[in-house]
Order: sequence, then structure tokens, then C-alpha cells
Amino acid sequence: MFTLGPIGFTTPALLLALLALPVLWLLLRAVPPAPIRRRFPGVALLLGLTDDEHQTDKTPWWLLLLRMLAVAAAIIAFAGPVLNPREARPGTGPLLILADGTWADARDWPRRLDQIAALLTEAGRDGRPVALALASAPPTGPVQFQGAEAARTGLPGLAPNPWEPNTEIVAWAEAQEGPFDTYWLSDDVDRDSRADLLAALERQGQVRVFQSPRPVYALRPAQIIDGALTLQALRAETGTPAAPEVAVIGTDPNGIERELARAPASFGATDTQVDLAFDLPPELRNRVRRFEIVGERSAAAVSLTDDGLKRREVALVSDRDSTEAQDLLSPLHYLRQALTPSADLIEGALTDLIPANPDVLVLADIATLSQLEEKQLLEWVANGGMLLRFAGPRLAASDISRVTEDPLMPVRLRAGGRMVGGAMSWGEPKTLRPFADTSPFAGLAVPDEVRVSAQVMAQPDPALAERTIAALADGTPLVTRKSLGAGQVVLFHVTASADWSSLPLSVLFVEMLDRLAITSGRVDPGAADLAGQIWVPEQVMDGFGQIADAGAMPGVAGEDLARGPRSATQPPGLYAGSERRVAMNVFDADRPLAAASWPSRIAVEGLSSAVETLLKGPLLMLALILLLVDILAALWLTGRLRGPRAGVAALVLAGMIVPQDAPAQTTDDLALSATTEVVLAYVITGDARLDEMARAGLVGLSQELTRRTAIEPAPPIAVNLETDELAFFPLLYWPVNADQPLPSAEAYVRLNRYLRTGGMILFDTRDAGLGPAANSSAEARHLQFLARPLDIPPLEPIPHDHVLTRSFYLLQEFPGRHNGPEVWVEAAPPDAEQAEGMPFRNLNDGVTPVVIGGNDWAAAWAVGSDRAPIYPVGRGFTGEKQREMAYRFGINLVMHVLTGNYKSDQVHVPALLERLGQ
Amino acid sequence: MTHPAALRAGAEGLAAALPPLLAQAEHLATTVMMGEHGRRRAGMGDEFWQYRPAHAGDPAHRIDWRRSARSDQHFVREKEWQAAQSVTLWVDPSQAMQFAGDGRHGTKADRAGLLALALSVLLIRGGERVGLAGFDLPPRRGELQLMRLAQAFVTPAQADDYGLPEARGMLPHSRAVMISDFMGDIAPVEAALTKAADRGVRGALVQVLDPQEEDFPFDGRTIFESMGGSLRHETLKAGDLRDRYLHRLAERKDRLAALARVTGWQFTTHHTGESAQMALLWLYRALERVR
Repeated sequence: MFTLGPIGFTTPALLLALLALPVLWLLLRAVPPAPIRRRFPGVALLLGLTDDEHQTDKTPWWLLLLRMLAVAAAIIAFAGPVLNPREARPGTGPLLILADGTWADARDWPRRLDQIAALLTEAGRDGRPVALALASAPPTGPVQFQGAEAARTGLPGLAPNPWEPNTEIVAWAEAQEGPFDTYWLSDDVDRDSRADLLAALERQGQVRVFQSPRPVYALRPAQIIDGALTLQALRAETGTPAAPEVAVIGTDPNGIERELARAPASFGATDTQVDLAFDLPPELRNRVRRFEIVGERSAAAVSLTDDGLKRREVALVSDRDSTEAQDLLSPLHYLRQALTPSADLIEGALTDLIPANPDVLVLADIATLSQLEEKQLLEWVANGGMLLRFAGPRLAASDISRVTEDPLMPVRLRAGGRMVGGAMSWGEPKTLRPFADTSPFAGLAVPDEVRVSAQVMAQPDPALAERTIAALADGTPLVTRKSLGAGQVVLFHVTASADWSSLPLSVLFVEMLDRLAITSGRVDPGAADLAGQIWVPEQVMDGFGQIADAGAMPGVAGEDLARGPRSATQPPGLYAGSERRVAMNVFDADRPLAAASWPSRIAVEGLSSAVETLLKGPLLMLALILLLVDILAALWLTGRLRGPRAGVAALVLAGMIVPQDAPAQTTDDLALSATTEVVLAYVITGDARLDEMARAGLVGLSQELTRRTAIEPAPPIAVNLETDELAFFPLLYWPVNADQPLPSAEAYVRLNRYLRTGGMILFDTRDAGLGPAANSSAEARHLQFLARPLDIPPLEPIPHDHVLTRSFYLLQEFPGRHNGPEVWVEAAPPDAEQAEGMPFRNLNDGVTPVVIGGNDWAAAWAVGSDRAPIYPVGRGFTGEKQREMAYRFGINLVMHVLTGNYKSDQVHVPALLERLGQ
Repeated sequence: MTHPAALRAGAEGLAAALPPLLAQAEHLATTVMMGEHGRRRAGMGDEFWQYRPAHAGDPAHRIDWRRSARSDQHFVREKEWQAAQSVTLWVDPSQAMQFAGDGRHGTKADRAGLLALALSVLLIRGGERVGLAGFDLPPRRGELQLMRLAQAFVTPAQADDYGLPEARGMLPHSRAVMISDFMGDIAPVEAALTKAADRGVRGALVQVLDPQEEDFPFDGRTIFESMGGSLRHETLKAGDLRDRYLHRLAERKDRLAALARVTGWQFTTHHTGESAQMALLWLYRALERVR
């Protein structure tokens, strides 16, 4: 490749054409702009006139220059100029393209794919067999070299993994035979296996390394320190200050993910780690789902949170008969001490606490509950609350759960309880038995000093064994639990104070509460916490940090999960155990992030920021622009930009420049026009004639409404069921056409919402009153199809005392262009009765959501632009009377829609009676 | 006797071309209020002029018995003398009149024909005789003459670039109207006018010009050709010619005006961009003035 400074040319021979430019100069110079021929009778007067100057018989120099530049740009463009041309990569023989394929690759994965594609192209040109491999997902067996085109087919399937390569890839590389060169797209993150892998690959042949200059960032898991959410942002390279932003993502009260907070992670020039603290209110903090570095597409830039971040709300029910006892004797004192650091405590009376919907509710030695309290508690527990009860003298003395099991007690209790090891009893105070494997306390160490000297005793029961989660050395249950609905009830058979046992004094008490998911605050679950359980992934991250449902991924044993690192079987994500969920992030609390270092013998590419850029396109563009300018200049020179045809030229120019897109009408316009005034609306049926009739009908009705009543509607609006919001319209007129397409499912959802929230649809089958019951006309049958998905209540023909008969005019029939017998509305409730002496029944509240008829009302209402009726109704005066009645029905209908059952109010009965009597 | 079908076909073919022009001309003519112009003296005519005592020698049928019955004398009812004038039109049929400029106003020939026909409508309704210069269509009166005139105005243009005024066929002491752009050689115009003036013919010259001819809005390298293509002039900067062209045009107008003054004619310049009604009014007044 011929290079000229930073620019190389792919076909430098074409540059010789530049030599022809001077010739072109002379040629162009000799040819003046072409004249225009004009027919002009005044030429007789022009004869004999000569030009003063002889300037334009040669092309002006600047126009020449313009044209030369255009031609030169085109010539140079076709010579294939390349800015910062890449040196050809030497080498023959098989080539292994190895990408690390980790989360750190995800930040510029498309560019890496481009790089691989370029390598494949080059290898294809050189005839080298190639193989593609991801270090994070090493292939099995010997490497399969194939043609570049065949290898290219596997390219789109490559995706970075959210984990890192382990020793498998080293073993795989060492097992390969035969020389091959390696092109290693490194992810720029230091790890132990890198040196071994490099050594193994160098044994096979030459190794070249590509690294991206883009910085690597990572987030550690968040912790709560002093009430603030704290986490560290890491980066691999140092040297320049940087401030990527970290966003806190969580759900809003409606369950929609939103950004809750955002702060910059300001790295100084030498920093590799920055501490971030987000001080959020507890309500917000409990909703935090994850932290992420804004704009960074990488699994390490996302830090998931789990239950550990939630501060639980624990309600302590205080004693009702407040004694003057000292604090240390209060059963709640030890609970407060244990819970305060990690949970939000609220105290108060039970009925006050339940509406606050705490996570845990503690009843310490409270035996009897009022019926209301019990009902509320049951409901709360069934909805997922956790009721934690402690025994005590009062519970022991009460009869609760004695004979039959109380729903709010896990077991039945014997009367009285027992005392062991006291002055008046046999035996020693009991120690605790080690926790069973099935117990949620499994794995907790039992301190020797914990002694239990008194407890309430559970009645032997078939279910007792499985409900016991902690027991004394002699086998009597110490802690029992049962689930109730979505929640659970846990009973400690000892007091929450140190009266009956030394348990509340020991660290075990705090740990047990923790296991019961009462307290939290630790972020990094220790190996001991994870051990002994199977953790099932709920949500997993891919290499880009996208969170997806885990689907049917198998569970992971806690020990494996704790040991790490993340791999294909345990990708980063959210894992659910029996009690809680833990977040497994790419980075744990102490893993360092460092940039990879390479021996000096390895050539590292890609660090220079100069990117190979093809200049052909821009140059051709330049040539084109110059030619366009030349056209303009030539037009101007020859006078075509002025004079009679200038308008045409200007029009063409404007057409070239102005982008031709008309702004789409937004729904806001519809909303504004529909809500600033009352407006009637009709459904677009797709039949232009019918739509026009509906529009004209509503125009006529609006006109009569304005003339006769206080309702002054704006011109009617056509409503497209598929796209328009319906909520703005009080009344929809829907003429039914036999070949109208059915609305989509979404449109039906909107229609049903419209009907439920007080809208009304007037269906008009226009079939001369062969109403829907008659089932005879095509329109009526189509109406049945149309209305089937609609939420329509039972219907009946308008009864004589329906509010439609007297909402403005007193009517008993409802004619349109036809005068059919029946118009159907929502049926009155069956229990509506006519009171003695009243002409009308006490009918249902609200507005009928549908009115169905076939009287072709729009045709009777329709007026043209001259405000005269369009369609004939009946004959002569009778017809005009029928049209008048149609208008009256329309007015009654709109009144009914807008005023509801106001006229049904019996207050108006005397006045109406008086009028009826006249 | 002509076969009715052939007659009808011919009539329809004729009418197809005529109505637009005729209708336009009639429309234009209605804008000018006019009545029969009397001679202010007794003579042949329809309008009442005066009663005069009957002389001996008056034939008995001329005595107005109704008037005579009111007195002892016999009266004769005299009518105003309404003599018809002959008006000869010449409309330039040359190619130059086909120039339409930027196409917004129609050709000059259209406007000239319209003006001539509208004037004919007015004159014929006024009882005058109207004809074309030359011997093809001598002056006559009546609606049929209108049809003939219209037919003459819609005939295609001649091949000549510039029209030669026609002064033949003009009756002595009649009136004449010449409508042209007068862009061609001035000498034939001079000759024709002089010849007409010698025979006592008075009239009006109407120069119809396109706005482009008046403005010369051209620039750049241009080859100007006459409408027939017989004349051509090439220029490199048309914009520079504008002033000199306008000067020559003004000279031409002055020349025509002077010629008209000498021969007792009227002269005006009309642009196709202007309303035809103005020109028609002017023409009508001009003919009245010389009458």
C-alpha cells in the first residue's frame, strides 16, 4: 500500500489521473457556459446591439477551480484513501482467534466482533484456516480449523459470558497439537490463568494480542453502613480522572423499574477504587433492585441487591397493662437490643401496628387477643406476615391453644409449662440440642452457656416433630413454627427476657432471629450462611448485564455457591434459598480488579486510538457537493437563477433541501379538542357514506342541543377504536354495518374500560327496528359479533318509567328515520319496586352503558352544510313530526348521559306529575 | 339545399371554435354601457326625433294622425337620422403576436383578437358596420357578421414574423382600428397609415405588448430568436442590453405616437398583463372622439 503521511491508498495508480487535471483546465476554460435559447419578438429591437464586455465567453476562474476540485476529489476518492492504514499482519498457517469472552468484553463487544470479522476477511484473503474460540467457554477436544467463510457463520452466535475463564482453557490449550498462530482478543483484566495460557499458546506458535482502550469498570456488592447504602466502584486502568455515573435502580410503588438515585463515581488520576454512599429513606431503600454504572454494558457494572439490603420493619406489641417494671425486666428489652442495629422498630398497640403492615410482628407473652385483633392478625399473617410469639407466665397461665390448636399458635400447649433446675424442681437447666439439618437454624453453633430453666410445653401431636425447628437436649421443642397462608407463625417456648433462659443473652439469639429473616444488614452472605441449602437461581445476568428470568436452571449447593467463582453453572444473579434470596455478583466484597500486564515480547494491538478510516465515502461526498455547487454557480452565471424561470429552479432547489416529512398528529390534539368542550363522537366504521351520515347526524343533534338546551357541543369527532383514547367522550354513536371489521383485542380492552367507567355507546343497526332480539338482519347479527367481547349488562326494552323517557322531554317512543318498536337498555334490577302512589319505580343508579336500537337515528338527525335535513323522514307533516321526536330522543339521550339519573330522582315527581296531568 | 346533417356538422364545427372567443368578447362588451348613437338630426331611424308641421308634398301615410288630431294642423313624425359608420379592423396575424411571455397572460394574439371582437360586438350592437381590412370581409352589420369576424380572429397565424398593416379596402372617411405589437419594421406601418389618412380614414392604433417585452427580465448568455425564427441575436450578457432595449422600445412608441398625431389617429399601448376592459374603453372612446 502506498502511504502518504497518515493516509494510504489502496489503488495508488489511479492517482496518475491527477496529471490530466491541467488538460482539463484548458478544456474547461475554452468552453463557455451554454447559452439559453429564447423566443422573443423584441429581437427586432435588439438587432445591432453589441455586448460591452467579453467577460463570460470564458469560464470564470473560480468556477474552473470548483470543477477541478470536484474532479480531483473524485479521482482521489477512487484511489481508495485510508486514514491510519493498518499494517498487514504477516503470517501463514492456521490461525486461532481466541476471545476471552467475559463480562469485560461486553463493553465493546460489537467492536470486537468487527475485529474478528476483519481478521476472518484477512485470513480468507491469505487462505489461512481459522478457528474461533471463547476462553470463557472453551471448546472440547482438538481445535477444528476451517475456512474463513465457514468460521464466519459462527460469528453472530458469539456472546460474552458473565463469568471468566478458569484453568479449563489452559488445559485445553496445552492439549492442542500442531503449530498455529494465535490472535488473542484480551478483555484487559488480570487473572491468574493468563500467564499459563499465554505460555501454552506460545508453544504452539506466534501470539498477538488485541486490547481495547476502553476502560473497565466494576461494582462491588452494596452494604449498609451507618444506615447508608455503600458500595465501591472499581476500575482497572489508572492514569486519567474519570467520573462514570452510578445509578440506583428500583421499583416504584406500581412495580415499574425506575432510577431512584444517581451519583458520579469520581476516580482521581491514580484511584482504582471509589466509595459511593447513597443515603436513601428506608421506603426507597427497600425497593432497590440493583446498582449499575450508567452506559456501561457489562455484567460487572451491575450490582444486584438481595434481601440483605432491606431493613425489615419489626413491630413490637407493647404490654397493654403497663407495669412499672424496670427496663431490664421488660420482655421487649432484649428484642430491642437485638433488632435495633438491623431493623426498623415500631411499637404500639396491635390494632395500630397492623395497618402499618410490618414485616414481622412480635407478641411477647401476650396470650389473649380480642376477636377483632385476632381477625386482623390472621389476615395479615395469611398475606405474608411473620408472627413471632414468645412464651411467658401469662401464656403459660392462659387457656389458649389448650384443647384445640389456636390458629395463631403453631402447636397446642400443655397447661402450666414446666420448670427445670430451679430450687423446687428436679434436674439441671437444659441445654440446647444441636440443630437438625432440616431446621432453618442448621449450621449455627450452640454455645454451651445457654441454659433453659423454664418453658411452655407442647402437646404431643403428629405434626409436632415437623413443626419443631429447635429443641432442648431432652427433645422437648424450644422453637416451633407453622406456616399460615403466605406467612408463618413462630413460637419461642421461652420468654424474650432472661427470666426463663439465658438464650436472649447469647449471640445465638441474634443469629436465630437472623435466620428467621427477622434481621438483616449483612450483605455478603458468608459460606456458613449459604451452606447446607440448595439455592435456585431466580434471575440471572448475561455478559452485558441484562437481567433475565432464570427459567428452569438447576439449583446450586450452598457450598459451591460460596466457594465461587461464577461459572456457567452458577452465573451471577439472584438465588433463592428456603428463607431468603441472595445476590451473587461478578465481584464480591474483596476481589481486586487490575489491568492485565503482558510481557514485552508480546505485541499488543488496539491501544492506539487511531482507527483505520476509509476516506472514499467522504471524498466522493465532497466531489458531489462541489458538483452541486457548480450546478448552482453555472445556473447563476447563465442567468437561469434570475429571470422568468427562476421560480422553477428555486422550487427544485427547495425540493432538494427541504426534508419532506409531515408531522404526525399527536393524540394530544385529540385530547385537547375532545376535552375543552363537550363533544359527541361516532365510531369510524370504514364505510365512508355511513361515517359521513353519522357525522352529519351528530352535527344536527349538536345543533339542536345548542338551540334548545344548555349543552352546546363542539363539532363531532370521529373516533378510531384502534388508535384513539375513548375516555374523553360521554357518548359514542356506533352505526353498525354488516361488513365492518371486528376491533382488535386492545380496542375491546379500551371499549370495556370505557363502558365500565361510565361511557355510553349507542348502537344503531339501522334495520328498521328489527331489533337485536329478532336476530333477523345482517346488521343485527353483526352487532352480536361486535358486542360479544363487550362487558354489557343484561338488557331489556326501555321500560315506560326509564329515565330516558323524561330526562328532558317526556317521551314514550324513540323514533329515528324508522320508528321501531324496541330500544334496548340496561335492565332494571329485579328488586325494583313501585312504591305506593308513585308513578315510577326506584330504578338503578348510573347510566345505562349501552342503548341498542335500529331506528337509524343519525339519518333523522343529519343536516347538511346549509343546516337543512339531508334524509327524508316519513311523509309530509307526519314525517317532520317524527324527525322532531327523533331530535327529542337524541336530546333526552345526551341529557341522560350527562346528568345520569338526576331526573330519576323522586324529588321531581310532583312537578312531573303535574305536567303529566295536563 | 344543403343537407341538414352536413349543415349541422358544419355549424357545430364552427361553433366549437367560436363560442369561447365570442362569449368572452360579449362579456367584455357588456361592461361598456352604450346606446344607439343618434345623429342629432332628422333622418332614417327608429327613434323619435320631433314633430313638424306637414308640408305640401309629404305623403299622407307619414302624417301622424294621433298628434294631428289634437290640433288643427297636420303633423309629421320625424325620426332621428341614424346612419351607420363603417369600421375596418386590422389585427396583426403574424407569428410575433403568438408570444405569451411566461404563460400567465396568454398570447398577444389572444388579447388582440379579444379586443377586436369585443369592439365589434359593441359597434354592431350600436348599429355600425364592421369589417376586416383587405377584401376578405367587407364591413357589414348584424350578428352574422360577428360570427364571421370571430371566425377570422381564430384562424391560425400567418408564417410571417412581423405583420404588414393592411390599408386596402378601407372606405373613405370611415373608421379603422389597427391592433399589433408594431415590433417589426416601422416603414410599412407608416405607409399604411399615410395611405389611410389620405383617404380620410381616422382611427386608433393599439400596441399590444407582453409584460416581458416591457421589462426585458433576461440575463446571462442568451440567443434571442424571433417567433418565426427568421431573426436571431446572440448576446453574452443579456442583462447589459436591457437599458438599450428599453430605450429603443420607448423610441418606437414615440415614433408611433408621432405618426398617429400627424395622421390624426389615436395611439395607445396595452399590456397583456393588464385588464382588457381598460383597453376596450379606451378604444371605444377613441372611436367616439373621431366620430
